[in-house]
Amino acid sequence: MYLDIKLQNMTLSLDDVKRVAKLARIEVSEDDAEQALVHLSGIFDLIEQMQAVDTQGVEPMSHSQDMVQRLREDVVTEFDQHILFQSIAPQVEAGFYLVPKVIE
Amino acid sequence: MLNTSLRQLSLLLTEKKISSTELTKAFLAQIKILNPDLNAFITVDEEKSLAQARTADEMIASGQSVTLTGIPIAQKDIFCTRDWLTTCGSKMLSNFVSPYDATVIERFNQAGIVNLGKTNMDEFAMGSSNETSYYGPVKNPWDISAVPGGSSGGSACAVAARMAPAATGTDTGGSIRQPASLCGISGIKPTYGLVSRYGMIAFASSLDQGGPMAKSADDLALLLNVMVGFDARDSTSLQRDKEDYTRDLEKPIDQLRIGLPKEFFAHGMSDDVASAIEAALAEYRQLGARFVEVSLPNSKLAIPVYYVLAPAEASSNLSRFDGVRYGYRATHYTDLEDLYKKTRAEGFGAEVKRRILIGTYVLSHGYYDAYYLQAQKLRRLIAEDFAEAFKQCDLIMGPTAPTVAFNIGEKCGDPVQMYLSDIYTSAASLAGLPGMSIPVGFGNKNRPVGLHIIGNYFREAQMLNAAHRYQLVTDWHQRMPPEINT
Repeated sequence: MYLDIKLQNMTLSLDDVKRVAKLARIEVSEDDAEQALVHLSGIFDLIEQMQAVDTQGVEPMSHSQDMVQRLREDVVTEFDQHILFQSIAPQVEAGFYLVPKVIE
Repeated sequence: MLNTSLRQLSLLLTEKKISSTELTKAFLAQIKILNPDLNAFITVDEEKSLAQARTADEMIASGQSVTLTGIPIAQKDIFCTRDWLTTCGSKMLSNFVSPYDATVIERFNQAGIVNLGKTNMDEFAMGSSNETSYYGPVKNPWDISAVPGGSSGGSACAVAARMAPAATGTDTGGSIRQPASLCGISGIKPTYGLVSRYGMIAFASSLDQGGPMAKSADDLALLLNVMVGFDARDSTSLQRDKEDYTRDLEKPIDQLRIGLPKEFFAHGMSDDVASAIEAALAEYRQLGARFVEVSLPNSKLAIPVYYVLAPAEASSNLSRFDGVRYGYRATHYTDLEDLYKKTRAEGFGAEVKRRILIGTYVLSHGYYDAYYLQAQKLRRLIAEDFAEAFKQCDLIMGPTAPTVAFNIGEKCGDPVQMYLSDIYTSAASLAGLPGMSIPVGFGNKNRPVGLHIIGNYFREAQMLNAAHRYQLVTDWHQRMPPEINT
């Protein structure tokens, strides 16, 4: 291929996968985590190619047009549509979204 | 009627030779015949489409129509469409009937364009083969054992099989151009910021850009005229004077300087793709264009950079899917944390979870500089390479994809191999440049090959001009899959 895929020394552990899954709020079984580890390791080998380039002094680019945040007048632009929006919610009551109890 | 250009359809409608209702019915009938095998649409709603067609017919009768009024267009299921199911190819949104319209949909509605249905796609636009869709893979109409490409695979298939005269797509790293290439149609991703992202379900916000997919450059230009425009509801929408994208279509191209990046032609491209591309470039030479060799040395890092930035942004964007306000919610859970974790484990497919995990990892404590920051720096180097190249040429050309369509199932087990099918398209995405793909012939197993055209910022009219001049002297864009009847 046009990319030379070099296997680097970056190693991802099963614990890393589980930690990241916890941060991302995704439940993973032992099997899921093991399979994810195989795939993610391959992807990180690809990503590691970035480290070969010296980027000292290069300004990071977050957006192609290097634009600044546009500001608007401080006026109300939204109107109350909570009945419409809550009509598609899994569980609502008296205008509130229902979730399992968080405070005893 | 099913194999007619938008310009021709527009003429037939305004001259009242056909009605929008008749036209819409004809395409709905084609969908009914072909969709069970091709799976290009997730949602078709004949009544809603026909109601819109009747409104369009009234607009035409009362002289209130614009160019595309009454023409039915298929919408990628990533665009929120009021009262329509909008799934984004995911189980997570399998019950999501949007309470509002995306700006793109709003603009189509205002023009009296009929929504023909919502097209299948890779889940949350993450994929290059349409195989990650919760609603099953789309088949390539040229060969049903092949993928249509992705993520806008349903849209590409719908146009190729003449189930729709045109469709919308979105492109983050190649999702309009690669499926257009694999299905033998034309597609353009405009300069980042031209088409509003409001109501377009977000994948990687600094890269996502909507655009049209159709049979020809002429059709694309007409659609861009509807889709492009400033939108205050999208914080990165660009404020610019209105352009007519058809204005330069007919211009001669004998002064055109085409840049050929040596890195794109060095290796990686399969032989069948290479010969189709060479033949297309020979045609451009005939048309008077000149070639210059250019270099994009950092573009070889586009895939690694893309697979840091896009998952990072995705991990943030997709955190909104938590089973609380809309969409899927797990049935069994113990507490709030468990509700989130089970909802997301059950609602997202494997590829989406993979990318959320990559994104979460690269943004997590201690890794930010090594991955995210480094990727943002390389992104600038990639963009600077293009800026340098455009000092010597007007447009850049090369292959859209390294191979013709691969077989369904062929790359499923190996994400890295799948990612490499966007090897030529992702660099332009990272730079925010406009890119398009047009059909230029056939490769192995008679599967289509696409030519990739990259323009400088805001040079869509010039790209469309070059594509149109090519399509005036060739007929690849008019070819139809052998099994398709119109």
